[in-house]
Amino acid sequence: MSQININHPAVLETVYALGETTLIADAAQIVSLCQHLKNSEGFNRLDSITALDHHPAEPRFEVVYHLHSVQPAAPASSIQVKRIRIRCRISGTNPEIDSVFGVWRSSDWYERETFDMFGIGFRNHPKLIRILLPLDWEGHPLRKDYPTHGYKYSYKGGE
Amino acid sequence: MSNIPYDDPVATIPAVEEKPGSPSAPRRMTLNMGPQHPSTHGVLRIVIELEGEMIVKAIPDIGFLHTGIEKQCEFTNWAQTVTLTDRVDYLSNLANNLVYALTVEKLLQIEVPERAQWMRVMLCEIDRLNSHLVWLGTHALDIGAMSMFFYCFREREEILRLKEMFSGQRMMTSYIRPGGLALEAPRGWDKAVSKFIKQFPGRVDEYENLLDSNPIWKIRTQGVGYVSIEDMLDLGITGPMLRAAGIPLDVRKTEPYSSYEKFDFRVPTRTENDVYSRYRVRLEEMRESAKIINQAIEGMPGGRFIADVPNVTLPDREKMKTQMESLIYHFKIVTEGYRVPAGEAYQAVESPRGEIAYYAVSDGTSKPFRLHMRTPSFANLQGLPTMLEGTLIADSIAALGSMDFVLGDTDR
Repeated sequence: MSQININHPAVLETVYALGETTLIADAAQIVSLCQHLKNSEGFNRLDSITALDHHPAEPRFEVVYHLHSVQPAAPASSIQVKRIRIRCRISGTNPEIDSVFGVWRSSDWYERETFDMFGIGFRNHPKLIRILLPLDWEGHPLRKDYPTHGYKYSYKGGE
Repeated sequence: MSNIPYDDPVATIPAVEEKPGSPSAPRRMTLNMGPQHPSTHGVLRIVIELEGEMIVKAIPDIGFLHTGIEKQCEFTNWAQTVTLTDRVDYLSNLANNLVYALTVEKLLQIEVPERAQWMRVMLCEIDRLNSHLVWLGTHALDIGAMSMFFYCFREREEILRLKEMFSGQRMMTSYIRPGGLALEAPRGWDKAVSKFIKQFPGRVDEYENLLDSNPIWKIRTQGVGYVSIEDMLDLGITGPMLRAAGIPLDVRKTEPYSSYEKFDFRVPTRTENDVYSRYRVRLEEMRESAKIINQAIEGMPGGRFIADVPNVTLPDREKMKTQMESLIYHFKIVTEGYRVPAGEAYQAVESPRGEIAYYAVSDGTSKPFRLHMRTPSFANLQGLPTMLEGTLIADSIAALGSMDFVLGDTDR
């Protein structure tokens, strides 16, 4: 993959590593950056949204977006693709970021999954509820301080 | 369902809603489909709101098969994680092995021997046949063509035997590992594979005759399950569904990996964008896969089956018996695992269901810091409400089946 330059005020830093372009972006302006990437740079697909937990560092979470550009190319039967990654650091206390649902509809389930697994809130998401775990589950399993062992249901049967 | 303490998306819809006003106004009914419905191929629950026979609203409810694989990956070392990737998509596990291996190799920056790359291509295409056969058999079964299932599973059995021959396992092979393959291919593999692949195109013709000469199959699939191209791109749908809409997006062509650029094959596309065209695309893909497998058998390069990187790949058995260093490396790799340099990598491959991509982040230790799996079933299933809303309830099974999702892949 070739290097991609993006000129937008939300981009704090651009990193090229292992043939991939990563934009370190300002979390407050994520929607405007995504709109710019979709409308001006042709990133018409959102590939995935996930997060990283840098516990106990602060700002604790990093929301990661992978975008994909699919454009018809010169011979009619071929297409040209580009990929780019956006990373946004957000605080560990009350982690929240704006939803990009208005830009790509596919962000719906990815944001619900990220909320489910990391407890990161997405402002203006149409219905931010758990998706993989039961709705009454406590805790967010992919956080680094969530244990893999020893967690058990307190069985209250027989009542 | 009166005292549910949380915001259940389903509980908020009343089972039968009387519309105020004229008594002849259609009644709305809520139908619960799954999670044990046989046509959902796993444990998918869909809550369908009906107006007469028309689907007004469809809400997929997933997560019944969630096993926390991504969390588990953070507690196994890079070598052990391969076995977890098998369990993600249990119908095309080699594609999952491959995408994991490619991601880790990207982080490690190691070059895989050509023989291993070609072998990977061949095995992944065999696995594509396997997955498409299971899809075709079960999808036709859902629609009522009972005998297809037996025909497809006859060939699938041969594929499982081939996989067993290579790896010792029929389904969870873990055969593709970071660095190359788990084992050298068994003696006589080329004869066994070419025997199977010679008769395979004839078998595909057989399926085609059986289904295409059946008017019921055509009536039930043509013009059903339409999703517009704009919606597909917006919703993140990939794979045969997108290609049946006319966009030739195939990672094997657009971003070739594992020397796919050296193979001569076509990306089949259709423009009808319905269940029937998805069936045609998959049928053509089976023929193309057979072509790729033939090319791989004929041109299989010689050489090592695994890269020779002393502190990453396991040393040769023979060397371990004579060389101290090899024995030490073996001990270190098996007990501690190898360290992967800090960094992040995103790698996509074309699985039978669409684009599968792994995002691996390493902090320089022997265990992944984070391994995110962008699975095609999860992304495709998101388009289900768009596809079902406004269609008849009788078409929902055909439309659902044409997505070819695997619930293990969806829920991880």
